[in-house]
Amino acid sequence: MSDKKHVFDNPKNVKRVIHWLYVACAVVFVADFFVERDVNHPWESLFGFYGIYGFIAFSLLVLVSKELRKVLMRREDYYDK
Amino acid sequence: MTSSLFVPLAPFVIFYLGALLIAVTRNRVRQAVMLAIPLIGAWNLYAMPADTVIGVQVFDYTLSLFQADRLSLLFGYLFHLAAFLGAIYAIKVTDNSELIGSFMYAGSALGAVFTGDMITLFVFWEMLAVTSVFLVLARRTERSQQAAMRYIIIQVLSGVILLAGVLLRVHDTGSIAFGHIGLDGTLASKLILLAIGIKCAFPLLHNWLTDAYPEATPTGTVFLSAFTTKVAVYALARSYAGTELLVPIGAAMAMFPIFYATIENDLRRVLSYSMINQIGFMVVGIGLGTEMAINGAIAHAFNDVIFKALLLMSMGAVLHRTGKINGSDLGGLYKSMPKTALFCIIGAASISAVPLFSGFVSKSMIMVAALEEGHGMIWLLLLFASAGVMEHAGIKIPYFAFFAHDSKIRCKEAPTNMLIAMGLAAAISIFIGVYPWALYSVLPFPVEYAPFTAPHVMTQMQLLLFSALAFAVLKLTHIYPPELPGVNIDAEWSYRMALPKAVGLFKKTFGPLDRAVRKTALGLVNSAIGAVFRLHGPTGVMARTTLVGSMVQWVVVLLAVYLVLFMIGD
Repeated sequence: MSDKKHVFDNPKNVKRVIHWLYVACAVVFVADFFVERDVNHPWESLFGFYGIYGFIAFSLLVLVSKELRKVLMRREDYYDK
Repeated sequence: MTSSLFVPLAPFVIFYLGALLIAVTRNRVRQAVMLAIPLIGAWNLYAMPADTVIGVQVFDYTLSLFQADRLSLLFGYLFHLAAFLGAIYAIKVTDNSELIGSFMYAGSALGAVFTGDMITLFVFWEMLAVTSVFLVLARRTERSQQAAMRYIIIQVLSGVILLAGVLLRVHDTGSIAFGHIGLDGTLASKLILLAIGIKCAFPLLHNWLTDAYPEATPTGTVFLSAFTTKVAVYALARSYAGTELLVPIGAAMAMFPIFYATIENDLRRVLSYSMINQIGFMVVGIGLGTEMAINGAIAHAFNDVIFKALLLMSMGAVLHRTGKINGSDLGGLYKSMPKTALFCIIGAASISAVPLFSGFVSKSMIMVAALEEGHGMIWLLLLFASAGVMEHAGIKIPYFAFFAHDSKIRCKEAPTNMLIAMGLAAAISIFIGVYPWALYSVLPFPVEYAPFTAPHVMTQMQLLLFSALAFAVLKLTHIYPPELPGVNIDAEWSYRMALPKAVGLFKKTFGPLDRAVRKTALGLVNSAIGAVFRLHGPTGVMARTTLVGSMVQWVVVLLAVYLVLFMIGD
């Protein structure tokens, strides 16, 4: 097939996506200042709760899964033997 | 509304007859039949007067083949829609058993949601199992054959448990009507819940799904994802709404699969775990039992069928074109399959509940209901699971298939029919995301929920964007685990490894003992036979013949002794 250059072959474009992600995160975090929201759960009263919780949940999930892999993972033919 | 020519048919009949037509037609005609079945079915349903009831008399019971309310109608139309998308996606399939299986399967799902009694429900419950197994078998690999066997055993078992529960309940109540049951302490109610729980993929009962679905054909998995579990969700909503126990069960279902999905390499198996995760949200909603929660659960079931089908269609297209489906083998496919990549991203956005995509307008109803009912802990878990959805379905699926490091695989874009099916599913997901009131208006209860409030949009965007941020950080710091080939031990270990091993160990331990006991017993029998032979055999003492003369002689001797004794004694 062709050796056509694709959009993410250029590392600059990857960086650009990540930078836009940073900007978007900053915007929604700061938006918490301006948006009045109900607090139905005590933790919700924390400023930027959803962002913080999302970040921690995601990281925790990945880190725990990584450890779980050591316990749970077997060779592909584990059940075929 | 209906002409005199119109004879309403129970929806499953159209699919069963259609499957028959598929069996005897070929090529273009067959393709037309495949597309026509769900369309005619939907028209039949639409044209049917609201109070239509179709029943048959069997012995003392009137079995109800069709009766509809808002709940069953919603699932009914959903199944027609799913079958239509599936038909487009599978239009080039030529395997007879797979096509007939697919349409009988969709018909069985329709039979199950439109029946009003538990006996007919049982029949379609088993028909779902029997017809769907062909979609796994049709892959025609050693692995798929074995997975299909495990699948059918567990599915039929679910039906047998259902039948036991139904018989007990009919005995208790005298009624075969399928309505609210609830956990009322009777064995019947527990058995029926267990049977539904198996098909619903409750924790520890879930492995048939993650075992068999990824082994089916690319098109088969799309059909499979739409029906079995959603029939179970429907049955649960009809008969166990408001059952408190379902709340923790649902939360567990939403939670544990996200860990497996994160480390799973087969991307269709990732989506299978993802199905359990999404059903978990629905089960929580059904367990909460409020009008908003039930509405949320049903709306989410509707959306899930469409976006899960979309995601599985995109992965099916990848498998179809590259022959590979493991994350560790893929990457960079956006170069070859840009349209498939786009549709996959739309599916990922829908399941992750990005505002203006379908998941956003349904999942949040369940979450809000959980908080309103005072389940703070459950709400936190569901929020955690939402970040988890973003991880495995929102990012991992599109990222490892279409981006990540370039696998150097260069293939053709997905076939046009697959692109059309994906495009339609994507359009529906966006339409419901943008205009949710179309879906809200057909839910079982009136909807007072407003999804597009500033706080809801902002908090959801925070959750999702910061999840994506966490991914970027973990990826850039090389902490994010790579995709690795392998299998992850799950509850299925009990019957795929422990049980065969236990049987082996049992044989090994008790084999010698068994042999010794048999040998001893055989020796005893042999020596008994020997003894009998010695005594009674041709040369045995007991078999000797004696002359009559000597007998008389002995009688004379005995009489003589007797005479002597008599004389002495006198």
